[in-house]
Amino acid sequence: MNKIDVKDVNFYYGNFQALKGINMQIQEKSVVAFIGPSGCGKSTFLRLFNRMNDLIPDTRMEGQILIDNEDIYAKGVPVDELRKRVGMVFQRPNPFPKSIFENVAYGLRVNGIKDNEFIRHRVEETLKGAALWDEVKDKLKESAFALSGGQQQRLCIARAMAVSPSVLLMDEPASALDPISTAKVEELIHELKKDYTIVIVTHNMQQAARVSDKTAYFYLGEMIEFDNTKKIFTNPSQISTQNYITGRFG
Amino acid sequence: MEKNKFPQSYDKRKRRSQKIAFGIFSLFSFSIVIILFSILGFIVYKGIGVINWNFITTEPTDGMTAGGIWPAIVGTFYLMLGSAIFAFPVGIMSGIYMNEYAPNGKIVKFIRVMTNNLSGIPSIVFGLFGMTLFVNYLGFGDSILAGSLTLGLLCVPLVIRTTEEALKAIPNTFREGSRALGATKLQTIRRVILPIATPNIITGLILALGRVSGETAPILFTCAAYFLPKIPTSIFDQCMALPYHLYVISTSGTDMEAQLPIAYGTALVLIIIILVVNLLANALRKYFSKKVKMN
Repeated sequence: MNKIDVKDVNFYYGNFQALKGINMQIQEKSVVAFIGPSGCGKSTFLRLFNRMNDLIPDTRMEGQILIDNEDIYAKGVPVDELRKRVGMVFQRPNPFPKSIFENVAYGLRVNGIKDNEFIRHRVEETLKGAALWDEVKDKLKESAFALSGGQQQRLCIARAMAVSPSVLLMDEPASALDPISTAKVEELIHELKKDYTIVIVTHNMQQAARVSDKTAYFYLGEMIEFDNTKKIFTNPSQISTQNYITGRFG
Repeated sequence: MEKNKFPQSYDKRKRRSQKIAFGIFSLFSFSIVIILFSILGFIVYKGIGVINWNFITTEPTDGMTAGGIWPAIVGTFYLMLGSAIFAFPVGIMSGIYMNEYAPNGKIVKFIRVMTNNLSGIPSIVFGLFGMTLFVNYLGFGDSILAGSLTLGLLCVPLVIRTTEEALKAIPNTFREGSRALGATKLQTIRRVILPIATPNIITGLILALGRVSGETAPILFTCAAYFLPKIPTSIFDQCMALPYHLYVISTSGTDMEAQLPIAYGTALVLIIIILVVNLLANALRKYFSKKVKMN
């Protein structure tokens, strides 16, 4: 079943067209990777799925994006509700200057949950789900900033999971991390695939090959190729894709 | 092997100019400290003699050639409090609006230019305006209310600017992280942005209070009493104020020789009050930075 269905999407920053006529179907509980050189529009595209680009002034989007068969850009769609269903993890770990516990609890609190017992239970559950529980269970009250970069990023993943989204968007989630932390995050993505539909933007080709089921290659605002990851990395049908993945440019 | 071609003498010259520049920079920085300490030392030296419990707790007597300055101390406190009640909410909310809410572009630019213009207006003009609007037109008369509002107007731009700067310094990643979890803009501001900005906003508030406590011109026509040996009981009463009292007893009076020490004593008390407010603010600042778990 298609979780996400993108139809003829164009996107503009002012007069600059950043995305050109994109169509894409993403299956439920699969991992899709977006690759391409800097400025190709892959992050912009990702941020359309939770309407994060709405926060940037002077932008315009055309076309349709359906999540669970519902047009998320239709008039009157409650954007805050959408963002509960579609979680996001950013390029740099961006925990709030609060305790580890409060970071995970934040999404619950801003969405009106007051039952402290439930919150405590949910925080523990998500931290376990993000494979962070054993490392932080004794210091939940300490600042999230006391954690290492890799731990912070997994905390941000837990924070996103806490509000029970069905889609997780990850914008180069490991680009600011060391190799060991990166491996942990990738391992986590493998685990999360069972419950979530994951879309990940990455600069790291090996990472795309390791974690994703399907890969889309973007270039200058166009989606050049979208296919099974295996096919993209062994036998791409476009010469441009091949040039990029073999490192001839980008 | 070819010898390197860097001229050796140049290394020496580099180091020498480095030393000279460093010397000049540090000289100027330290001269600021010296100036500050000379002013403080001078005031303390001249004023400490008259300061005692009586001076602080009694009213002026004998045509202000003897007695204390209690009414002026109280008046200054009332004016600081009154202008804070007016200027802090207005300034902080405007600052939040301008940095977080206002559509970027002409409107914000316009408000910002206007704010800067407002802070460029000489304080005596504020006094004149306050007299026309608050004292006469709105009929508050010469009163603490009129004086507080006038002083508030004077320091609102400062509060707006520091609030805006404090918010601007917060990276957008915090806002995005919060919004991505389904938090509204208001929730984001209240729960994430303001706690981070609070220590810096407080700095702005203190600057504003310091400014208010030392101003004479805005209260000249709106509030300050030349001599009023009683403590005000309502916001429609006039009051004495330390800077105005200082001005009065050092420029007019019956016995300048007797008054001069009182003037220095008044100056010293004013400085001490500002110092205490600053210390309090620093404590508040520390408290709020600790509450935000930055590390």
